[in-house]
Amino acid sequence: MSAPTNPVTQDSAGFVVELEQFSGPLDLLLHLIREDEVDITDLPIAKIADQFLAVISELGLNQAADYLEMAARLLRIKAQMLLPRRLGDDEWEDPRAELVRRLLEYQQIRELVEWLGAAAARRAEQFGRGYSPEPPAPPPAPLVIDLNDLLAAAERVIALIPEPVLHRVVPRPLDVEGATERIEALLAERAAFGWGDVVGARPSIVDVLSAFIALLELAKRGSLHVHQEGPFAPIEIRRESPRAAH
Amino acid sequence: MNPLARLIEAALFASARPLTVEELATLDPQAGAAAVRGALTELRDAFATGDHGVELIEIAQGWQFLTRRDYAEAIDRAQFALRPRRLSPAALETLAIIAYRQPVGRLEVDEIRGVDSGAVIEKLGERGLVEIVSRGEGLGRPLLYGTTPQFLEILGLKDLDELPRLEELSVALRPPAPAEPE
Repeated sequence: MSAPTNPVTQDSAGFVVELEQFSGPLDLLLHLIREDEVDITDLPIAKIADQFLAVISELGLNQAADYLEMAARLLRIKAQMLLPRRLGDDEWEDPRAELVRRLLEYQQIRELVEWLGAAAARRAEQFGRGYSPEPPAPPPAPLVIDLNDLLAAAERVIALIPEPVLHRVVPRPLDVEGATERIEALLAERAAFGWGDVVGARPSIVDVLSAFIALLELAKRGSLHVHQEGPFAPIEIRRESPRAAH
Repeated sequence: MNPLARLIEAALFASARPLTVEELATLDPQAGAAAVRGALTELRDAFATGDHGVELIEIAQGWQFLTRRDYAEAIDRAQFALRPRRLSPAALETLAIIAYRQPVGRLEVDEIRGVDSGAVIEKLGERGLVEIVSRGEGLGRPLLYGTTPQFLEILGLKDLDELPRLEELSVALRPPAPAEPE
């Protein structure tokens, strides 16, 4: 059999365990057994269980349920091995038997993995006609705006700031409560109003931030409804009473 | 070269995937499967003995022209074609289990691997390497998976019989070790 190269995982996004070099708890167990050079059919279960637990805490695999399940299984087998059994008890069943069977089966799979990996690598040395590369994963849907929209929006924001405060660090806490009161007053007065009504004609950056946070908070509470036609369109604020409209 | 061999050569050149003998036989209603097989052998020998950059390969239950191995690096470097993405160990494990146990359900794959394999199977499905072949008996009639011709193709196998026999592996799957009270 050809020498297996330890296949580097390229496509492992989403497989936490994969990133940790082992493809699962059985893989980790086999690794430990190989390192200790112990007989797989006569597993020193106490030793292996302790090593297994040490590795999963070391590797930070605590979040992986599959590893925890195996850890629990190992501890149970360890406990069962400690139970006294009567001499000459033919009925006694080795508590390790099931695990050993699974490990042997898995070991066989690992051997097949090497074979398949080598076969695929060999096949990859030949090209067929019209090979088309697999389509790349589609990127997350982008925000559809063009440069002009973005620049115009940036300009509007910049124009609203009276003077850029760049180097002076001034403690000016956000006045979210004040903004909330202002918005609530507006809500009491009108069923719908715009962003400009909330912040006024020439707001400071602190006013803008305070008002925005207050707005989001009120929207979250369900006191109002915020609507925007599209990116950078005027923000419209309405009283939350959709049911009354029906 | 006989006319049927030339026709087959043209068809294989035109196709981006391996073509089976049955498919090739539809080229000429007068030619039977035996004649197609004969022509394929003739064609393969012609490309094997002549000075050619490609060879005719029996693969995935069909036939396909592939570039010779000697040129892989140069073609790759020039980026005229891309090598397929390598499969992760998790993907190969899952493929191995499905190849040998098919038709097989997800639970059995999970059990053998010791980890949840749903996402891996789904990815293999997207790459066309496995597919749902039937539904099992029992609770919820689980979906059963099998390998596809595409699986044979990426491994360069003629058919599943070319996979190593389990007895040939150094670790043959043994029945549960008999209990041995010391």
